[in-house]
Amino acid sequence: MNLTLKVWRQKNSKEKGQFESYPAKDISPDMSFLEMLDVVNEQIIENGKEPIAFDHDCREGICGMCSLHINGRAHGPLHGVTTCQLHMRSFSDGEEVTIEPWRANAFPVVKDLAVDRSAFDRIQHAGGYVSVNTGAARDANEILVPKQDADEAFSAATCIGCGACVAACKNSSAMLFVGAKVSQYALLPQGQPERERRVVAMVNQMDAEGFGACTNTGACAAECPKEIPLSVIARLNREFLRASLIGK
Amino acid sequence: MTLNSKIPAGPLATKWTDYKDHVRLVNPANKRNIDVIIVGTGLAGASAAATLAELGYNVKAFCFQDSPRRAHSIAAQGGINAAKNYKNDGDSVFRLFYDTIKGGDYRAREANVHRLAEVSASIIDQCVAQGVPFAREYGGLLDNRSFGGVQVQRTFYAAGQTGQQLLLGAYSALNRQISLGKVKMYNRHEMMDVVQVNGKARGIIARNLITGEIERHSGHAVLLASGGYGNVFFLSTNAMGSNVTAAWKAHKKGAYFGNPCFTQIHPTCIPVSGDHQSKLTLMSESLRNDGRIWVPAKMEDAEAIRQGQKRGNDIPEADRDYYLERRYPSFGNLVPRDVASRAAKERCDAGFGVNNTGQAVFLDYASAIMRYGKIEANRLNMSDATDAKIREMGKAVVKEKYGNLFDMYMQITGDNPYETPMKIYPAVHYTMGGLWVDYNLMTTIEGCYALGEANFSDHGANRLGASALMQGLADGYFVIPYTIGEYLADDIRTGAISTDSAEFAEAENAVRERLNFFISNNGSKSVDHFHRRLGKIMWDKCGMARNAEGLAQAITEIQALRKEFWKDVKVPGDQNEFNPELEKAGRVADFLELGELMCRDALNRNESCGGHFREEYQTEEGEALRDDANFAYVAAWEFKGEDAEPTLHKEELVFENVKLTQRSYK
Repeated sequence: MNLTLKVWRQKNSKEKGQFESYPAKDISPDMSFLEMLDVVNEQIIENGKEPIAFDHDCREGICGMCSLHINGRAHGPLHGVTTCQLHMRSFSDGEEVTIEPWRANAFPVVKDLAVDRSAFDRIQHAGGYVSVNTGAARDANEILVPKQDADEAFSAATCIGCGACVAACKNSSAMLFVGAKVSQYALLPQGQPERERRVVAMVNQMDAEGFGACTNTGACAAECPKEIPLSVIARLNREFLRASLIGK
Repeated sequence: MTLNSKIPAGPLATKWTDYKDHVRLVNPANKRNIDVIIVGTGLAGASAAATLAELGYNVKAFCFQDSPRRAHSIAAQGGINAAKNYKNDGDSVFRLFYDTIKGGDYRAREANVHRLAEVSASIIDQCVAQGVPFAREYGGLLDNRSFGGVQVQRTFYAAGQTGQQLLLGAYSALNRQISLGKVKMYNRHEMMDVVQVNGKARGIIARNLITGEIERHSGHAVLLASGGYGNVFFLSTNAMGSNVTAAWKAHKKGAYFGNPCFTQIHPTCIPVSGDHQSKLTLMSESLRNDGRIWVPAKMEDAEAIRQGQKRGNDIPEADRDYYLERRYPSFGNLVPRDVASRAAKERCDAGFGVNNTGQAVFLDYASAIMRYGKIEANRLNMSDATDAKIREMGKAVVKEKYGNLFDMYMQITGDNPYETPMKIYPAVHYTMGGLWVDYNLMTTIEGCYALGEANFSDHGANRLGASALMQGLADGYFVIPYTIGEYLADDIRTGAISTDSAEFAEAENAVRERLNFFISNNGSKSVDHFHRRLGKIMWDKCGMARNAEGLAQAITEIQALRKEFWKDVKVPGDQNEFNPELEKAGRVADFLELGELMCRDALNRNESCGGHFREEYQTEEGEALRDDANFAYVAAWEFKGEDAEPTLHKEELVFENVKLTQRSYK
């Protein structure tokens, strides 16, 4: 099949960008979306131009490195799928496909479609951990954890930190991301000693990074490739309120 | 230089304890004056960085990804082994040690493997304390599952995302040290070379991948935790960015490379679909628990399937060849990875492959679906259930067990595995070989260490499932924090290492020269063009089966390809900007050298063992034939110059606690 790509090109974070069009010819429906971009890039290189820069690494939907706003949707048209797992059979011959980077003040463009998501790392630095030194741990089975709590904590912990939630949100809010991390620790006994300090520190850092407020639209959960549920935001709000009331 | 593995004296079971009792220590005040550089932030790198920082060292950590959390350890699915014996099924440190040595086909060092088994239990304790949400039983205790090649249940897991959860645990420990200022993190930085001062590793040259800036970083020790080199094959289950560059630069500066030809080909991956393919996707080994693997017994059926005239479901039961069950009746579909992979290749080479490329076999869930359906029908007292109803109930059970894997398969291939058999084929997955290290994990460059998949040490010629995560975390959390003290105890009066020395300047200039060459070379072909061709040579001649003639050809072909690469490679863009093509060029240049060494190593090893199968050395039934009298050694290769032949050093493997036997899965 043949498509036309409308791609955001931007030399670096300082210069202005613009859309440019590229033909994508002889595309197999079995190609992944990123393999389609590989083919287009190979063509661009042959023509002596600079290829389209985009982030990607594992290409199996787990590292969280790939991004891309495709036809106005984070990670493209499918539900619960990262861009690297999206295949060209989801598109039709002759289609025009618009590809943009994540758009959020807290995620400045590095080049073309690659953005800087280090704000997520800094939120984790603020409190996304249990303070335990190596070697100090007790036997793993000494503290019982109900299966339901462990399963729920796990489901929150499957967040891949890709940033789709922020890109999908009209306010560029990072509440789903922060809620997932806070939920994981709030649900486990190991997370209790630092429970209040953690949520306050992470929320403060989230605000300092310039992420917007949550207005309960739910676009984040709808576009999350790992289907992190909206309930983690509810828990984040509860945890934050609780910490404020306790005054820690 | 003669190899000294520095294995402590004494009985196997007390070596590590005795070592720890007597190893030299660095006092806390002195640790504050010592800098440690760590390259790579996967399980080994992140756990080492966090732990060394907790101890008081100043750590600088580097990763090429945009966050340390994205290292490829994140993609590990199945689990992590530990000798906890929570199942009361007879597991012990010795049994984990024994299974690992045997699984590696007796080509690993006893003392290292025993230490690995000893610290395995502490890893689970540590991860749980960090808040890693392992799978649990209803009573609140940790759950275990079984994995290939062993008879006990010792694998801890977090659904199909164990690697992700363990890495996020190590990443959280790393984050804590970053926030305390004890680790300085350099994201989107690539190590370009090791810098030696007076023979010791004292720093690295790194490139900031956003700005292109070349930076000098000094330290009292350099730890390479940069992963494996499976991407030399172009197509593998590794991440696109996984590369050998850090390890290879150290090799060229004097670190010997151990057993480079030992690569693991994983049997259950989604087959190549066309020339556009950029990587391969693994389907967890757990699928072999219930799925049956087969190809058509009749050549004409195989041809009809390849031409799209027939589908798997059209082949009647009598005309199917369940070749693993046929060849290995006692282990059936659950033979170890190397055996299953070779058997698939054998059938496809004989002309029975089942997709358009002829390189695929069926993994069939039809009988498992009916089996589970009947159990459900019995449970619900539905004695009159129709086949359709049984099938429906069976599908629901399979969905609960393997749903995420089936979804992934459907996403990639467009086929529905509940209705039609999956197509699978082996793919490169892991490299057992790596930088040669002694018991302290130090390479043959003083002060340069290698951890995790980057070293050669624990898996011999074949790695068992769920052991890579164990080794990465063992090295980082529990081994290097002790062994590095032995070396750094001499550095308490050294003071900060200056980056203004001639050694740093020289290394930096060489890096700049090479980058400038790529940018200004007036070539005509992309980096990927050369990488694909290298991958094809490696896969065809140094892949699942090798022979002397093919390996000799491969060496000549790689040398020619390397020449062509340096003449004709085309790298667009500039040095001083974010330039992924330039990054790839450097990595592929190193793969082009490594590939030749792998072929040399495979050619030298005149035996078959584990993942290394030399066609000349097999039993009458086509199984691997080891030669313990002549090849029970680690091949450690010394770099002698770009156009010179490398020198082979041998570390003889001494087995005092296990008896060497032929592995049999009949």
